[in-house]
Amino acid sequence: MILVNEEPLDWRAGMTVRDVLSARNYRFPLLVIHVNGALVQKQDYDTTTIPDGAVVKVIHLISGG
Amino acid sequence: MSQLVFDPSKVMDFDYTRRTEYLEGLEAIQAAHKVLKEITYTPSLPDKGYTNRTLYVNVGSLEVKEKPVTQQMKDVFIGGRGFGLFHLWNAVKPTTRWNDPENEIIISPGPVAGMTQYAGTGKSLVVSLSPQTDIPIDSNVGGFYGPLLKFSGFDALELQGKSDKDIILFIDGVKGIIRIEEAPTDPVDSHVLAEVLTHMYAENEKDLPNISVVSTGAAAEHSLIGMLNFSFYDRRRKCVRFKQAGRGGIGTVFRDKRIRALVVRGPKVAGDLNHPADPETIAKTGIKYHKEIRENDGSQCMMRRNGTAHIVEIMDAYDLLPVHNFQYGSHPDVHKIDSSYWQQRCTQHTVDGCWYGCSMACAKGADGLVLKTGPYKGDMVTVDGPEYENAAGLGSNCGVFDPDYLLELNFYCDTYGICTITYGTLTAFVMECYQRGILNKSRTGGLEMTWGNAEADLEMMHQMARGEGFGKIAGLGVKKMKEHFIKNGWGDPQLINDIGMENKGLEYSQYMSKESLAQQGGYALTNKGPQHDEAWLIFMDMVNKQLPTFEDKAEALYYFPLFRTWFGLNGFCKLPWNDVVPANNSEQPEAHKVPEHVQNYVDLFSATTGIKISKEDLIVQSAKVYNFQRVFNIRMGKGLRLHDAAPYRSLGPVTKEEYESRAERYDQQIITEMGLDPAGKSTEEKMALHREWRTGRFSQLMDSVYTRRGWTLDGVPTLARLKELGLDAFPEVVEVVKQHL
Repeated sequence: MILVNEEPLDWRAGMTVRDVLSARNYRFPLLVIHVNGALVQKQDYDTTTIPDGAVVKVIHLISGG
Repeated sequence: MSQLVFDPSKVMDFDYTRRTEYLEGLEAIQAAHKVLKEITYTPSLPDKGYTNRTLYVNVGSLEVKEKPVTQQMKDVFIGGRGFGLFHLWNAVKPTTRWNDPENEIIISPGPVAGMTQYAGTGKSLVVSLSPQTDIPIDSNVGGFYGPLLKFSGFDALELQGKSDKDIILFIDGVKGIIRIEEAPTDPVDSHVLAEVLTHMYAENEKDLPNISVVSTGAAAEHSLIGMLNFSFYDRRRKCVRFKQAGRGGIGTVFRDKRIRALVVRGPKVAGDLNHPADPETIAKTGIKYHKEIRENDGSQCMMRRNGTAHIVEIMDAYDLLPVHNFQYGSHPDVHKIDSSYWQQRCTQHTVDGCWYGCSMACAKGADGLVLKTGPYKGDMVTVDGPEYENAAGLGSNCGVFDPDYLLELNFYCDTYGICTITYGTLTAFVMECYQRGILNKSRTGGLEMTWGNAEADLEMMHQMARGEGFGKIAGLGVKKMKEHFIKNGWGDPQLINDIGMENKGLEYSQYMSKESLAQQGGYALTNKGPQHDEAWLIFMDMVNKQLPTFEDKAEALYYFPLFRTWFGLNGFCKLPWNDVVPANNSEQPEAHKVPEHVQNYVDLFSATTGIKISKEDLIVQSAKVYNFQRVFNIRMGKGLRLHDAAPYRSLGPVTKEEYESRAERYDQQIITEMGLDPAGKSTEEKMALHREWRTGRFSQLMDSVYTRRGWTLDGVPTLARLKELGLDAFPEVVEVVKQHL
């Protein structure tokens, strides 16, 4: 189990940042993502794996019209 | 996460230079004009962003005079919305209503407006007493009028009085002429009128971009929701286009004064007309930003390609798109009106901006639309947008997913002078009333206002423009419709009040706030009413979970309304702030504030005016105007806690089907938020629990926000807060507050 924006999500081995975004249907392109406090750059979403028990913060930089 | 990929082969092939022309008869229209007053004046360009003059025109008495812009005005009110509120305060009494002669319309662009080196610098703010809310309304708008007004010599235009005949106010900022003309035979609707007047007042073809027209249309004469179109000449399309000062019915005030149009002819725009204190800093900041847009926009929001409509599918994916009068947050047909469609439908090979130098260029245009209904049936027109608010308000919120009908609704709103946001929300309310039997065919005069019935929707709009039938009732807006329906005994008053999405008399804009307490406050705890330009906190609160406590939410509802107010004091557009961000933004502390861009704004203000400010000063500048506006509301008999009340639809599920459509979410909240067990409870019982919980925490939010803002728990700014902001220098302001402490 991991926490994504303070809500639980089932964890599986090899789970990447991209998998988390898909699981949560997070489609907005302007994101700031931290895994256990460490910033993940956009180009690393496919290759950064998430450890079990991780705390993932996905900040959407969207502020309406 | 998916990034929309642009495929040029899918862009529909419309000839963007073809459209119906309306210039036949121009000479006869011009010949019918009669000069009522003409004066000469000395044009001047700004010095460090200010011309230091206001132009006052009384359209009733025909008095025309210049008024000085004082140092105190600049220190306290900055410009734009601040100048508008200052002039309006001095013009009206607590008893003044929107259609009294002393009510004013003030247009002011702000000291930075007209800059061409940075994106989004062509905005004006329009301020008046609103026919919908009976308090000041401020509406920000692009187009050329505001900057050209300033480059003609005026920081603000103050319009007062009421004419007994249709008039045009022409300002020739090149020759130094101000003329009031009777205009007895001019066209009524904006797309015809602005085209005619642009060609009438331009001296030749090259002069067309130096003309800007402010106008409205037929519906502004018969409704309370009229808006103003501010024109800009599109050189590539060779046509006149518009941006709108939409909210609050200022177009209705405009026609009540019998103003047909305002026309300005400014000097040819160049990069140095503001005569800024530090042009090098402005140039350097602009170059850096343009590079950022060029390099990042394609992989970020794609504003240059899609405009604000890029968030239609985003809102749908997060269950935040208003569907069927804000009942639901998504719909399976949204793909028909999302940005993948508009990207193909809007002309793409030309840069679309509403002011010079805007590299964000989000003003999209859909060319080649042949109208199916109304007085212009069969005409081929260009439609501006649709922007997100139009797609959501006229589209999903009313169940309209046919893009051609959506464009036609958008077009007629614009040319008739109707606010698209207001029209979308009031039509969604009408449709839900029809669904629930509050309305029926006999009560609507035969209109079948079912979800998605775009033909009935358009007919209601045409009725509004003609001042006939049910369209005239709808044109009163949601608040007065609610009162009308309840008075006639057409339905349960609580249900009608719950589903009518207005606060202070203004209709909600197009975002679902049910699951974001901070956004509920972002809408209802505003000065002018529920428009998202004060605070848009849905993602910070609901998705990002950045605002877990009441104090966190209150801090956001302190900072962001003040930060965003500042754009409207200076002539900035909000969009370039955070619809693109620097590549390294994610590495910055408080990335959600886009700190590099905040610094850009600090630098641009300082470089224009020569007044050095910090990012903290920026917030203080706004706080002065924001608190002044709150006191202004109190002075007009509103502005207290009871006036910040929100309709329950904005807080939670009103109906059984609404609850059951998201039962898992709501049941879970009963467990986690209320500590109760939903098992064995009926839907009605669970809804009652939600209502108690949701209204209770909204009330708690009000306490937290008022405290953070330095207000009493009744929403009144304290004397200490006024003193801190220097507003105690205005005895009238202090007197208003003292009566409520």
